[in-house]
Amino acid sequence: MTLSQQTFTVGLCALATMLTRFLPFLLFSGKKPTPRYVAYLGSALPAAIFAMLVVYCLRNVSLFTGSHGLPEAIAIALTAGLHLWKRQMLLSIAGGTVCYMLLIQLVF
Amino acid sequence: MESLSVRRKALAAAFPQTIPILTGFGFLGLTYGVYMNLSGFPFWYPMLMALVIFGGSLEFVAVELLLSPFAPVTYFCMGLMIQARHLFYGIAMLDKYKGLGWKKLYLIFGLCDETFSINCSATVPQGVDAGWFYFFVTLLDQSYWVISAALGGLLGNLLTFNTQGLDFVMTAMFVVILLEQLLKEDRHYTALIGGGASLLCLLLFGPDSFLIPTMVCVLGLLTLLRGPIEPTLKGGETA
Repeated sequence: MTLSQQTFTVGLCALATMLTRFLPFLLFSGKKPTPRYVAYLGSALPAAIFAMLVVYCLRNVSLFTGSHGLPEAIAIALTAGLHLWKRQMLLSIAGGTVCYMLLIQLVF
Repeated sequence: MESLSVRRKALAAAFPQTIPILTGFGFLGLTYGVYMNLSGFPFWYPMLMALVIFGGSLEFVAVELLLSPFAPVTYFCMGLMIQARHLFYGIAMLDKYKGLGWKKLYLIFGLCDETFSINCSATVPQGVDAGWFYFFVTLLDQSYWVISAALGGLLGNLLTFNTQGLDFVMTAMFVVILLEQLLKEDRHYTALIGGGASLLCLLLFGPDSFLIPTMVCVLGLLTLLRGPIEPTLKGGETA
């Protein structure tokens, strides 16, 4: 690619990203009140999205080969356990991450 | 002076919330910069791309695009597909980002997965201006990403420390945010719909193309089951 083609490609990636981020606000903001259906989606979506993002992070984990997803399962269980016990976000995240690093570097 | 202390207060409230992202973006951004460096690009490529695209997964894909023959229409469609999940973030943030003036433009521009998760789930402390709080979360997150991408591009493969598994910090953060959400609500219909649809679509479509079918399923189920679900949601609040 030439430099101008590269610039154009990066520009298109940025444009595609911005379109997906701005579209809902362009469609449903300003003078008119948000339609009730969209407002309903707005309050129903977060929990669904958070569950989707967890699955998204784990999408490349294979249950049937390698370590069978065990390090991920153990580290997530520890993260959740720590969080239910102490309710300290940073502690839960740090504990789970260190546990995962130790597991894949030393055990699996 | 009044406005300076308002901003300082918001920054002080925002920073601790972004620490997991500092770790995750620090690591992923470095990886991204190193990857671009090894693909033969100078450091200002990852830096500028982090600045204008600011969407991790697409930036990684864009490295390959830049090394392939020029096919703008295909690339644009790929970009839209990879980034389509942001449509959901916008819908979920319509209320929270309402009436924030010029800040709103930057908040929407910087609405990546991680910033969305924090701004959507965090309770803004009493006495802290919500607009500035959201603004600083967004700004800090993007700064971490841009700086680490530039650093990775500068340092290239000089980095040799053993960071294997550090990227799990993002997974752990999403797990905690999901857990907080579950603890907050009485019924977990929508989390079950999101998790179930993702797992099913992952099984059916594979890891590279399951997000869009998942979004379609989630929208369909939320629409079909609006009757039973709507009364279980806390009125007016997004969380």
